[in-house]
Order: sequence, then structure tokens, then C-alpha cells
Amino acid sequence: MAGPPIYATTPQRIWYYGFRVLCGLIFFFLIAPILIIIPLSFNAQNFFTFTPEMLRLDPDGYSLKHYRDFFTNPDWQQALWNSVRIAPAATLLAVTLGTLAAIGLSQPHVPYRRAIMAILISPMIVPLIISAAGMYFFYSRIGLQGTYLGVVLAHAALGIPFVIITVTATLVGFDRSLTRAAASLGADPVTTFFKVQMPLILPGVISGGLFAFITSFDEVVVVIFVGSANQQTLPWQMFTGLREQISPTILAVATILVAISILLLMTVELLRRRSERLRGMSPG
Amino acid sequence: MTDAAADAPIPKPDAGDRARPERQEPLVAADGRPLKKSLQRSLRRQKLRAFGLVAPLLLFVLVTFIAPIADMLFRSVENQIVSETLPNTTAALVGWDASGEDLPDDAAFAALSYDLAAAVEQRAHTRLGSRLNYETTGISSAFRRSGRGIDDVGEIYLDQFVALDPVWEDSGFWARMIGAEGWAHPAPFAPSAQAQGLLPETAAAYTAFARAMQIRNDDDPAAEEPWAPVYLALQRDLSAADAGDVSAWTGPGAEQLEAAHAAVGGFESVPVRDLIADVDDAWLEHDVWATIKTFSPPYTPGYFLTSVDLKLSPEGAIVAQDDYQRIHVLLFQRTLFMSLVIMGCTILLGYPIAYLISNMPMRTANLLLILVLLPFWTSLLVRTSAWKVLLQQQGVINDTLVWIGLVADDARLTMINNQFGTIVAMTHILLPFMILPLYSVMKTIPPSYVRAAKSLGATNWTAFWRVYFPQSVPGIGAGCILVFILSIGYYITPELVGGTTGTFISNRIAFHISSSLNWGLAAALGTILLVVVLVLYWLYDRIVGIDNVSLG
Repeated sequence: MAGPPIYATTPQRIWYYGFRVLCGLIFFFLIAPILIIIPLSFNAQNFFTFTPEMLRLDPDGYSLKHYRDFFTNPDWQQALWNSVRIAPAATLLAVTLGTLAAIGLSQPHVPYRRAIMAILISPMIVPLIISAAGMYFFYSRIGLQGTYLGVVLAHAALGIPFVIITVTATLVGFDRSLTRAAASLGADPVTTFFKVQMPLILPGVISGGLFAFITSFDEVVVVIFVGSANQQTLPWQMFTGLREQISPTILAVATILVAISILLLMTVELLRRRSERLRGMSPG
Repeated sequence: MTDAAADAPIPKPDAGDRARPERQEPLVAADGRPLKKSLQRSLRRQKLRAFGLVAPLLLFVLVTFIAPIADMLFRSVENQIVSETLPNTTAALVGWDASGEDLPDDAAFAALSYDLAAAVEQRAHTRLGSRLNYETTGISSAFRRSGRGIDDVGEIYLDQFVALDPVWEDSGFWARMIGAEGWAHPAPFAPSAQAQGLLPETAAAYTAFARAMQIRNDDDPAAEEPWAPVYLALQRDLSAADAGDVSAWTGPGAEQLEAAHAAVGGFESVPVRDLIADVDDAWLEHDVWATIKTFSPPYTPGYFLTSVDLKLSPEGAIVAQDDYQRIHVLLFQRTLFMSLVIMGCTILLGYPIAYLISNMPMRTANLLLILVLLPFWTSLLVRTSAWKVLLQQQGVINDTLVWIGLVADDARLTMINNQFGTIVAMTHILLPFMILPLYSVMKTIPPSYVRAAKSLGATNWTAFWRVYFPQSVPGIGAGCILVFILSIGYYITPELVGGTTGTFISNRIAFHISSSLNWGLAAALGTILLVVVLVLYWLYDRIVGIDNVSLG
């Protein structure tokens, strides 16, 4: 930051710095709540606030007991296992179907494109509580309520809009003469897809998949209604924990989740840049 | 068109007959077809292929998502439980005027005993009771209490028929007499046309009995003694029939029927009304019958009326809901009000940030953007638990305030489980959704305009307010609609930090699904919310365009 221009008058200087301080405070409001749980999760006591020992930076004030609890408590382990079982399956389903459909939608002549797009995007628009209510009613009619399959299908439906949006965005810059070139050299459509198209749109597919994954991994409203106790996921367990017996283990879990989201965010950023670079290189 | 032509199948070397002279006017493709047709065919094939790629997902979303939404819409008006559980009663009530003073006629009372006996056997009467209790409080106890005595209604006639001829106790005899010819157990019981003609109520009552036996335990009705209400029906039918019709009976049991018809006039009898009133005297209340009549159609506006704190009175008029049940309009208002406040807060906090980022050099801007994206990517539960930790009475903020000395230790602020908690937490959660659209609009505003305004003598404020701000309005619009749509449907955060005064309509929907089990009302509330969201979304599409939705 260069500071205000040298010709600035005093009020302008005050404004310049005042504005920056204001923005700093807003950034503090954005970030601090997330960061504050990290030290709190190492609390040696079962409190949700900084103990005097922690403020004195006394090592006795810190401990890993909440992490130990997370890794040994069967409830949390079951929840973790359920999350790990549900999210990848839902992601795989959403990415496979979503990528195919995005490729279909990006063809020059698709009948009823707008209507189809509206239907496919709708899970993102409809409030989760409404999706959850509808799915609860309908899935209990057809016997999917309270099953693993039901939760996976529901989460896949919620993740699909993200896959469609990211992959369609990548395909906008896709040079269609490449597939024609492949075809003219004798490749069949399947080979063309896997050897030519897929590698180029892969960044979009992966970041769509990450969005679908995080949607399922963080989702709590739909799983509460569509799932049963056997499908209790990590966010669900956190939700019950926050509502009933609030235990500091939640903060340990939250810290782990923050670490995961930072990883995912970095991956998506890298992919986006790579995709832009690739697009910049390809003609058209 | 060029695309289509280029995508046409590559002709194999031997496919076209190139040697043939091509001088006639219709242009011909390499394989000898007219070019126009060939293009059309290729276009059609292309459409089909595109559609084939989209179809699996479309089908998937239709089944896993659109069908549930349609189911919810259907449930918000569906009301088949009354006519399904009490088919004979609702039929008997057709001619009755619910707005009058009189109770329905004996036929309706008798029909109630047939239907209710079957409903009790299938444990359906309490469900119907709770359904009707949503409309008129107190009905559910009438149904529950009736569950114990209803199959004794008509016992007085049962005894007299059996005393007349023990064959009336014979379950097989009943099944042969009423059942259609050729009926045998696993098939659903059906009465014969003759029985329906001469003994309409008996046929209906016995059918209700037989079906209940078959559905509940898979029992053969021909091996079960009918319950007492069937005898009540027989007594009513025989008293109403004339001798000629009875002697014309050709089915099984002709003799017994004729004998019974001759004797039934001399039976000791009690008015049906009294028999039913003995079971539960709520059945002498006009409102109970009027409610059944008003809610007997298979579809009802009742749930939607309840959603806006109105109701159908037993007489079928639309009236205001009872005071203590008036909550939904308040919740809708609160949801809208708090969403507006949250929207306002996100503008106030988001605008400076978006302005700052869009006026930074690329490198710094990217860094700051990551600070905005980090909360966006962090689990909702993590952010909500963070606020729960911060805002508690023994939480970090209160501790800090006490430590500074701003707040006395015994007067810690209540910042959670109220509207304040919900607004703060949701502003934090939804802030990125305001900043990102604002930023993407501000990035495109050329700085030269503001410079030009200043060079023409505008003060900083005028340059901003008259030149810069109007150009950023589309971003504000997009961000506002996005934040508003997201916040009116929020469930998790209000549930965890909202207490009783900071909850939204979605919390009420969840309550009706999982606690009060009034699914129809939950569906109606959901439908209203859905309509609001779709209208807003339509506006968003008109203003911003759905194709401009971008993620991070």
C-alpha cells in the first residue's frame, strides 16, 4: 500500500486512513470469529472462553484433550465415518451426471435450454428447509427416508447446480475445433471425450466436484430430515451438540473443518488460475 | 449453421458417388443427398445427442428433487384422510346443511358407527382425530374416547337377531349372504349387487368390517363374526324394506332374511343417536359434525388459511384464527423484517469492502478476496458455533467487556437466543454473498469517470454519490436479492442462536414436520415461502441474469 498521494490535504488523509481502519474492522468481523475458535479448541478446561492460564500463555492452560475426545468418542467417530461415506458418493454421482449434462447443454442446438437449465439449477435456489421438507415427504412415500441411498441421492441433487455452473463456465472457453480435429483424425466420440475434451475441462470438473463435496460435507438441514440416526453426519452431530449438550469437542471439530476448508479453497483457487491460463493459451 | 455443416458426419471415401454429374440446382452433399435435408438431419441428430447427454441428469433431478417439491405442493391442499377414513359418513352428510342448527339425520349417525368401527380396527381413528383437531380443538379426544365403545353400538340388535336365529352369529353365513358371488378371501371383499340394492347400509357396514379384517390382520372375513354396528345396519335396512322386496331375495339366506324382516318390527329399539351418544356425548355437538362435513372434500384450502392465521369455521366460512394460535403472520413478518435488516447490514459492511478491493492493485486485491472467500468456504456450523461461543453470557465478548470495565460482571449482556444474535450471526454468514456481486460490478467501473468528475470541480462526495454510486447500483441489487433469498429460508442459524424471538418461518416448518406432525401445514407454509423465493429469483434473473451467477 502506497499511502495517500503526497498532494492530499489533511481531511483527505484522515479520510484515507479512516476508511482503511473501517475496512480493517470489517475484515476483523469477517475473519476473527473463525480464527478465535482455533486457540479455544486447545483449552485445557471445558470452557468456551479463554481461561487465565491461556491468557498467560501457560502451557498448562492448553491441551489436546478435545481432539483426543473427537478421535476416541464413538459418536464422533461414527459421525465422521458417515460423512466420509456419504459426501464422496454424492459428489461422484453429481459430477458424473453433471459433467455429461453440462457438455450436452453447451452444444449449439439444445431444445428448451432455458427450461432445462432452470430445473437443473433449482436445488440451489430453493431454500434448504423446503427441499428438506419435500424430500422428507416424498422419500418416506417411496421408502428412501432414513436410508443411506436416500441421503446420497438428496445430497447429489443439491450438489448438481454447482457442477453444472462451473463446468458450463469452463466449456464457454472450450475450442470446439479440437474435438473436430480429433474426429477427423479418426478418434471415436468416447476417445475424443477422454483424450481431448476431458483434460481441458478437468479444472472446471474438479472445482465443481469440490463444490459438490463441500455442499454435501457441510449440509445439515436435508440430512436431518432425510436421514435417520444411522446416517448422522459430522455437521448433524455438531448441530445436536450445539443445541443440547454443548461440549468443547465441537471446537476441535470446527478447527479441523476450518483446516479442511482452507485446503479446499486453495485447491479451487489454483484450479481457477490454471484453467484461466489454459484458456488463455488455447485460441478462440 | 456453419457449425452444423462442419459437424456433419465425415463421409467415408466410398460413400459418395462423386462420379455422377452434379449440375441440377438442389445442392447435394457428398453422399448424394440434397444438402438441405442432410443439414436438417445432422441438426436433428445433434439435438438428439445433446438431449441424450442431458437426459440422465434431468431425469435424476426430476425424481430426486422436483418430485419431492411437487409432493409438498400436493400435500399442502390434500385432505383425503377424512373421506378415506369415514367414506359412509361423508356420503351420508352430503345433503346435510352444516350452517343450520340441526344435527345430521340418523343415517349419518349410523354410518359413523360403521366407519369408526373399521377405523378403530385399523388404528386410523386417532390420526383422523388429530387431523380434525387442527381445525376444531377438542375433536381428537372425541375420536380417541370413541375408540373404546364404538364396536358395541348395535349390540342390542345383535342379541335380538341371534335370539331369533343362531345363524346370525355364523360368520360364514354373513360372508355368503353379503359377498358377491365367487368372492373368496385373498381378494378384497366386495358386496353383491343384490345386497347393495336391498340392504344398502348392511352391505356398506359389512364391507367396512370385512375390508378392515383383511387389511389389519389379513384375516378371512368369512371366519370372523361381524361386529355389532353391522347388526344396527341390518335392523335399519330391514325396518325400511318392504315385505315384497325381501321375499324377492334370491341369494343365500333368503329364509332367514324373511323371518328377520317379519320379526324386526317387534324388536326392542333405541334411537341411533342415543346409541352413539352413549359412546361419547361429543357426537351430539353440532361443531363436531360440521367440522367433519366442512373437511370432507379431498382437497382443502384449510392449511393455507391456517398459514395466514385464518381458518374455515365448522360451518365453512373463513374466519380469523383463535388468538392463541395466531403465530404465522407474525413469523412471516418477522422473517421479512429480519431479512431486510440483515440485508441492510450486509450492504453497510459489504460496500466499503467491495470498494476497497476493487480499487486495489491486482495482487493485494486477490489476497483480500481470499479473506472474503475463507468464511464463504468455512462450514456453516463452524461459523454458527463460533458466534455461539462469542456471544454467550460467559463468552469471549462479554468477558472482554467485563475485563475492560464497560460492563459489570453481574450485568453481562444478553446477546444470544434473541433477534440480536440471529442478526449478527447471519450478517456474518451472508456477508460474502453481498461482497462478491458488488465486487464484480465495481471492478468494471472505469476510474476515469470519477477523475473526470473531480477535474470538473466535483467534491469527493459529489463525485462518489453522483458518478460512482449510480454505477454500482446493479451490484447492490444483485447482492440484495441474493442475500434476501438466502436469509428468508435460513434454518440452522436461527435455530441455534435465535432462541424464541429470533426464529424464522423455516423453524416453524421444521417444528410442524418433526414435532407437531402437522405435515399439511408445514407443506402450506413451505409453499408460501417457495412462491416468495421464486418471485424474487425471477426478479434476480430479470435484473442480473442467471448465467451471470459465478462462484468465487
